[in-house]
Amino acid sequence: MPDLLLELFSEEIPARMQAKAAEDLKSLVTNSLVEAGLTYASAASFATPRRLCLVVDGLSANSPTTTEERKGPRVDAPEAAIEGFLRGAGVSRDALETREDKKGEIYVARITQEGRDAADIIAELVPSVIRNFPWPKSMRWGAGSLRWVRPLHSILCLLTDEAGARVVPFEVDDIVAGDKTRGHRFMGPDVFAIRSFEDYEAKLKRAHVILRADERADAIWHEASQMAFAAGLELVEDRGLLAEVAGLVEWPVVLMGEIGTDFLNLPPAVLQTSMKEHQKFFSVKNPKTGRIERFVTVANRITADEGATILAGNQKVLSARLSDAKFFWENDLRVAKSDITQWTQSLENVTFQAKLGSQAARIARIAELAAELAPIVGADADQARQAAKIAKADLSSEMVYEFPELQGLMGRYYAAEAGYAPEIAAVAQEHYQPLGPSDDVPSAPLSVAVALADKIDTLTGFWAIDEKPTGSKDPYALRRAALGVIRLILDNGVRLNLSAPFVSRVAAFGADAPEAAAADLLSFFHDRLKVHLRDQGIRHDVIDACLSMAGNDDLDLVVARARAVQAVLSTEDGENLILGYRRANNILTQAEAKDGVEYRFGADMKFAETDEERALFTALAAARDAANPALAAEDFAAAMAALAALRGPIDGFFEKVQVNADSEIVRRNRLNLLHEIVETCGKVADLSRIEG
Amino acid sequence: MSCMEKPRSFQEIILRLQTYWAQKGCAVMQPYDMEVGAGTFHPATTLRSLGSRPWAVAYVQPSRRPTDGRYGENPNRLQHYYQYQVLIKPSPPNLQDLYLGSLEAIGIDMAMHDIRFVEDDWESPTLGAWGLGWEVWCDGMEVSQFTYFQQVGGHDCHPVSGELTYGLERLAMYVLGVDHVMEMPFNDPDATIALKYGDAFRQTEEEYSRFNFDTANTDILLRQFEEAEAECQRILAAENIDPKTGKRIIMAHPAYDQCIKASHMFNLLDARGVISVTERQGYIGRVRALAKLCADAFVQTEAGGFEVGQYA
Repeated sequence: MPDLLLELFSEEIPARMQAKAAEDLKSLVTNSLVEAGLTYASAASFATPRRLCLVVDGLSANSPTTTEERKGPRVDAPEAAIEGFLRGAGVSRDALETREDKKGEIYVARITQEGRDAADIIAELVPSVIRNFPWPKSMRWGAGSLRWVRPLHSILCLLTDEAGARVVPFEVDDIVAGDKTRGHRFMGPDVFAIRSFEDYEAKLKRAHVILRADERADAIWHEASQMAFAAGLELVEDRGLLAEVAGLVEWPVVLMGEIGTDFLNLPPAVLQTSMKEHQKFFSVKNPKTGRIERFVTVANRITADEGATILAGNQKVLSARLSDAKFFWENDLRVAKSDITQWTQSLENVTFQAKLGSQAARIARIAELAAELAPIVGADADQARQAAKIAKADLSSEMVYEFPELQGLMGRYYAAEAGYAPEIAAVAQEHYQPLGPSDDVPSAPLSVAVALADKIDTLTGFWAIDEKPTGSKDPYALRRAALGVIRLILDNGVRLNLSAPFVSRVAAFGADAPEAAAADLLSFFHDRLKVHLRDQGIRHDVIDACLSMAGNDDLDLVVARARAVQAVLSTEDGENLILGYRRANNILTQAEAKDGVEYRFGADMKFAETDEERALFTALAAARDAANPALAAEDFAAAMAALAALRGPIDGFFEKVQVNADSEIVRRNRLNLLHEIVETCGKVADLSRIEG
Repeated sequence: MSCMEKPRSFQEIILRLQTYWAQKGCAVMQPYDMEVGAGTFHPATTLRSLGSRPWAVAYVQPSRRPTDGRYGENPNRLQHYYQYQVLIKPSPPNLQDLYLGSLEAIGIDMAMHDIRFVEDDWESPTLGAWGLGWEVWCDGMEVSQFTYFQQVGGHDCHPVSGELTYGLERLAMYVLGVDHVMEMPFNDPDATIALKYGDAFRQTEEEYSRFNFDTANTDILLRQFEEAEAECQRILAAENIDPKTGKRIIMAHPAYDQCIKASHMFNLLDARGVISVTERQGYIGRVRALAKLCADAFVQTEAGGFEVGQYA
């Protein structure tokens, strides 16, 4: 059972692409191996900045010989048909056998596929994997036509078994597969030959290359934490950065440096973002004060001065960067303290979207809508207006221009420095939330009001100009905005009928048919709601049943209904109630279709002939008496409980009573009674949409 | 080369780069005699990266970015600065090693510094060009841009050129250990008349900052933009056969000069703050359209790989 070792050695692969490329290499090669009839015990793949590596253990030495029997034409078929069969099967005439078949005597060809040597299979499939590799972005180089993420320099491809290692012979655009590789760019540049995977990993390590990304990441994390700890400090965790840095080095050397005292008063988020985005530094904080006091950088080599020159260089670059950040922060503070609203004013010159006007105009709209929504969420209207007006002011700040990812957070700092109350300042940060399905939903009433207004303004605007998400295209993140509204409403129990603001906002944007656009937007919300609730285990048919009821633009109400309906449906009473409902509805619908009339005149107890019929009359009246006030109080659980009590009387009715009675009067009365069942059961949700 | 002495001035770094790349077989060209935003705009890069003919050049290119003016006060930012540019077509397989050799030539000891190739894809929307490569970091500082051109002027590059761009001031400040660009020795600090960078450029930075931000006449700039655009199109609309000589003369380079001019006018208008966010895209698109026309024309010329007798 040989082992396969493959290494693709190139110029530096972008860090963000390495992990997926290693996975792709593994699945593409192993899938092709299996397709070609080979089996293997296990496979693993690795990536460093300059290489992708795959090892497949316990590979079969060759693919099995297979025989296929193919039936041909009758022996007395025309010559042309027989010739055609021979060509298709790839056998000669004298190799044909004959057999008695239900068609008569026919020719049979036995086609044998000889097993192939694993090396031959690999030599064929690896070049094809290389040529069709799914890099997110690939390039050509020199005069060649091969595409790879960066120039590909060498290929190592070995099959190793007890007898030793042999190179799998193939070439891709003049790169001939061999048994050689090289180590670290600076600390192990010599070429060396490899015999096996164990040999490969060990020799790489001697040449200052750690093959495994997780080993590099662990070493960085361990070393950096130790260093921070020894200084009485704490490394700030950042997994994304750790993975990236581990993809930038083959031999990590961790160095810790000081942040100049001039910069220690910058907000921690500014320090952290500046160091991470520009320099890929980790932050090291003082656990007592929460301040970031040092940084950790990861070099790719050992030096005679133990990194002193490297660290000094990095420190200098950081100082230049932080001087910029400090300059922005101080300038911004000056503006914020003198008059933060001038930032909002200057947003008049910034276009939000060509057809939707400037950012300033948008902010004015959001402020009005936030004031409108404020009483509904328990906030003060004037405060909401005020908060909305400065919530996006930081878009004009120099810091946010430099670091767009700090938008909102900077706004909060600046608003607080400008003397706004903490809850108003918080709106600057919180009104963007929730940013994704797992992001926190704000609960402070002011933040909720402005967050809702912000998102509703965006959605109604884009619906008004007919720029809706299609398929995978959602450049303005409108799905996320709608989900944000849904989560803000549900998490905070906001009672809001969305249709009215939808129509008035869409109309205010000058849309031709505001009602239609608003209705379309509401149905977009309903789709997002279904996705959201499905993730919470609520059945889509239950949601459909609730969305069919009046007031479906009040999402909190829709969900309260849905939860009550689903709770009852999951009981035995509920299941049987649905069966009874469905039976009543089917009989009624068929009778109405057949007779061409609607049986909705109200049934009369005096035409009832059986006890079961009379019991149902009584039960329906009781259910209505209980359900109606519960519905008025929006107590859907109580209403559903009242309906669930109908289960027994309905079952009893269908067991004993024949709806299609001989007497036409009795029959009609019973059909009218069925209608009352359907009507009463449908008070909470349209049960006809519940799937059986 | 690590035994080589450290350079002592800005010009020595330039001279060493010139010598190094000359030794590696590049033709050392001179700067292009027009205002450009970056070394890439030099026709020796933009146009010569097109077509099939081999090419290897290195040159200094004075570059202008009007919006970066800081009146000579900022330690790192200048509206006029120098780029060192290398372009080799087809890109040789050892281009990374050649590049690292150039760093050693200017006194960066590979054994003491941390050199990293960090993903950075290059795109020039005004030239309709893009490529893949890296920014090269030395101890955390970006010292060069390293790009394999994939497309220029809307044309796929076949073969691919390898392009190296060094920001000379920043690189030199690092190598010389200077904190403010104006303090950097320009010539030998022991020369009888020792000049610093600031002696040559502090005043011009001031003058141009005032001009770029507040004084340049936007009406004239706008008119010149439009004239350059029209002229570029007119030049390229001329018949391929010159009626006077009877020769096939496609005027790709004169047309490209107009494209460069339009691009610089756009940069000045931008610095004057008269171009709105939405208009910006429009202007960039107009310059790109010119660059594309010039590229289309260049590949029809001999230097652009057009074979005599190829046309009917």
